[in-house]
Amino acid sequence: MIHNEELLSFTGYSRDTGDLIPLLQKCQKQFGYISEASVRQIAEYLNISENHIYGVASFYSQFRFKKPGRNTVRVCIGTACHVQGGKQLSDELKSTLGIQPGETTPDNRFDFEEVACLGCCAQASVIEINGKIFGKMTTDKLVKTLQDYE
Amino acid sequence: MNRSLLEGDPHAVLEGMLIAAYAIGATAGYVYVRAEYPLAVLRLKHAIAQMREYGFLGMNIFGSGFNFDITVKEGAGAFVCGEETALIASLEGERGMPRPRPPYPAEVGLHGRPTIINNTETFGTLPNILRNGGKWYSQFGKPGNTGTKTFSLVGKTRYTGLIEVPLGMTLRQIVFEIGGGTKKPFKAVQTGGPLGGCLSSALLDTPVDYESMSASGSIMGSGGLIVMDESTCLVDLARYFQTFSRNESCGKCTACRTGTRILVDTLDKIVRGEGEANDIGILYTVADTMQKTAMCGAGQTAPNPVLSTIRYFISEYHAHIIDKYCPSAVCTELFDYTIDPDKCPGCGRCIKVCASLAISGEKNKPHTLDISKCIKCKNCVNVCKFDAIIGIPRSSTIKNQSSSEIIL
Ligand SMILES: Cc1cc2nc3c(=O)[nH]c(=O)nc-3n(C[C@H](O)[C@H](O)[C@H](O)COP(=O)(O)O)c2cc1C
Ligand code: SF4
Ligand code: FES
Repeated sequence: MIHNEELLSFTGYSRDTGDLIPLLQKCQKQFGYISEASVRQIAEYLNISENHIYGVASFYSQFRFKKPGRNTVRVCIGTACHVQGGKQLSDELKSTLGIQPGETTPDNRFDFEEVACLGCCAQASVIEINGKIFGKMTTDKLVKTLQDYE
Repeated sequence: MNRSLLEGDPHAVLEGMLIAAYAIGATAGYVYVRAEYPLAVLRLKHAIAQMREYGFLGMNIFGSGFNFDITVKEGAGAFVCGEETALIASLEGERGMPRPRPPYPAEVGLHGRPTIINNTETFGTLPNILRNGGKWYSQFGKPGNTGTKTFSLVGKTRYTGLIEVPLGMTLRQIVFEIGGGTKKPFKAVQTGGPLGGCLSSALLDTPVDYESMSASGSIMGSGGLIVMDESTCLVDLARYFQTFSRNESCGKCTACRTGTRILVDTLDKIVRGEGEANDIGILYTVADTMQKTAMCGAGQTAPNPVLSTIRYFISEYHAHIIDKYCPSAVCTELFDYTIDPDKCPGCGRCIKVCASLAISGEKNKPHTLDISKCIKCKNCVNVCKFDAIIGIPRSSTIKNQSSSEIIL
């Protein structure tokens, strides 16, 4: 049974498998993650098996299969950020939030992931909260910045 | 730098694609851009809509009988999808895994049709070359390597950012004249992204062109130039790149799937202080096998960071393996911190930030650091304005707290 609020809209997408990844991306944009209900709908629409979809989706690191928190923190562990101490930021998040990358805090306030290069290397080290970029980050600043997000 | 080209002048890239499509008679074009660059995606789509409106894209363009349209496809976070055949698989909605070549995409590409794949910068340069002529373009650079190339100059140079230089300029000019040099002594420059190599100061006079780069064990690759000073440990850096390659290996061929794993495990061991004399030999053998037998460019070039650091910085490997010491004070198991009394004016900043209460001392007198309490979080190093907190070989008598680094 698929509930109304889980319904995916397919307008603008063809039934060609070439549209599978764009559909998964749209699904993640709409719901924040790829749920079983969404996979079932996509499978039916494209006339391919659910297994096939999981096979493709799990290859790409962008897709998540668990519901994210209210705020998403992404730490850049790209090279420029690594040289400027990006790993320390990631370690700080692990201990402050008490979760590993890809997990969500029990109170649903934050989830966090490590990503490769956010494309602003000259600003290294970089983190991104809910799509907003924070450059020249330090562990001190990071803890303060997190407090602004409920 | 490809991102800023797409954001700053998407029309140049799209015009280049249009010209290339006309040349080979293609009817469909795709821009594959990382989803992490939302602004680039937005501006590309906007520019494409404008071109359609003006009739530069679509059916029977300006009555020429030529049809062409461009679609933007967002990547989904897989590095290997930059490889031509993996890119095609991804566009077709499959797992982005490479396939053997030949047949090359120029014969059998997207949906089995002939396809050419080029970099954004290549397409972006095309309109200018056509407009101004080949003579104009070849006045830049040097014979065999004409034209310019953009680089993303980052790391420890005074000035960081995007630069466009004529090919053949030396690394020294780039690092010291454009980048303004480094504050602490220069150690290495890494070129070409995660699959490139690390070059030492002895190679600073190497001209930046395709042949010289590959002769020195690196590549032009993504056009990244990362400058490192004494505070970067190159064994740790090799481990970092190798971990990236291991995570991004698509897993199709054994040499790359297992090879990257063995390289990471061996480097992990060395960084932890458990390195053995024959580890360098193991790294060599595995790297060699990968270069010779991996199927795609990712696996073939993945050992570059390891091979180049062994080639130019073997003394750092020896320090880690034989002396159990990390000279750059990065690998937490292989050094202790101490405060250099000659450099410390006693400002007290480090005392405030040390959560382990390992630093003590009076104002205006050199402070002292208690090794047995230090967890090497580097907080003090980051706030010290005098570079007074330095790494020294580990004392064999004082027992250390568990290190702050968790190595899985
Ligand atoms: C693992 C791997 C990743 C790559 N990533 C990219 C990339 O992100 N962007 C790109 O333009 N080319 C990338 N390439 C190179 C392309 O496959 C292709 O050779 C290149 O775009 C050709 O364009 P050019 O001849 O105009 O330089 C990658 C190659 C490999 C093996
Ligand atoms: S070399 Fe690595 S990335 Fe390339 S096909 Fe083989 S396993 Fe996949
Ligand atoms: S490496 Fe962090 S933004 Fe590029």
